[in-house]
Amino acid sequence: MSARPVLVLYFAWLRERVGMSEQRVDLPPGVNTVGGLIDLLAASSPGHAEAFAVRATIRAAVNQDFATPETPVTAGDEVALFPPVTGG
Amino acid sequence: MATVRIQEAPFDTGAEIAALTVGRTDIGGIGCFVGVVRGGEGPGGVREMTLEHYAAMTVRAIERVVAEAESRWPLVGCTVIHRVGTLRPGDPIVLVLTASAHRHPALEATQFLIDWLKTRAPFWKKERTADGVAHWVGAHAKDDEAAARWESSGR
Repeated sequence: MSARPVLVLYFAWLRERVGMSEQRVDLPPGVNTVGGLIDLLAASSPGHAEAFAVRATIRAAVNQDFATPETPVTAGDEVALFPPVTGG
Repeated sequence: MATVRIQEAPFDTGAEIAALTVGRTDIGGIGCFVGVVRGGEGPGGVREMTLEHYAAMTVRAIERVVAEAESRWPLVGCTVIHRVGTLRPGDPIVLVLTASAHRHPALEATQFLIDWLKTRAPFWKKERTADGVAHWVGAHAKDDEAAARWESSGR
């Protein structure tokens, strides 16, 4: 199976907790949604596990559009993960 | 038609209104909202606020909210400017201007725009208070309610 790289971006306290602003991830077989990607990331380090501990506080965008855990993720996508927005 | 900008620099509300209206004779009213960094007294009072955003997405997200406003009200002009970076109490942070032939569309669209911007544009605020503590601002349920109000009213 060919590689399926995605670029994951982090913002606000999620960025601080995982300790990086972005990372490249190769989607393994079976990981095809935002929710699946978050599960994969949460299992990748103690920092990630803590950052993703409360899933209800995580929001996402795929290719700069707001997304849900069910939104499909595919090779070449930019997946942003962040807390609820607080602008205005 | 709409002007959407993200910038660190302050904005000049008067100059933005002038830019929106110059040469126009079809405008009967301008709606205007200026959001300002609120400070507060005591150890929990805000001394500094830093705004982070998702630069690749922000303008597009705001333009979507503007397009929704334009579909609901007969606007003939709209300006949204949102600042990022480090701001202090009293600093203006966001400007929403709407122009219409009549006052009600302008005023209603202005309120709609700021309500939806708060829940649909990718900005995050970090506050530093007088006691030196820095924390990320949490989402407010009342902001969600204010935004949701526009879903059910059909306007």
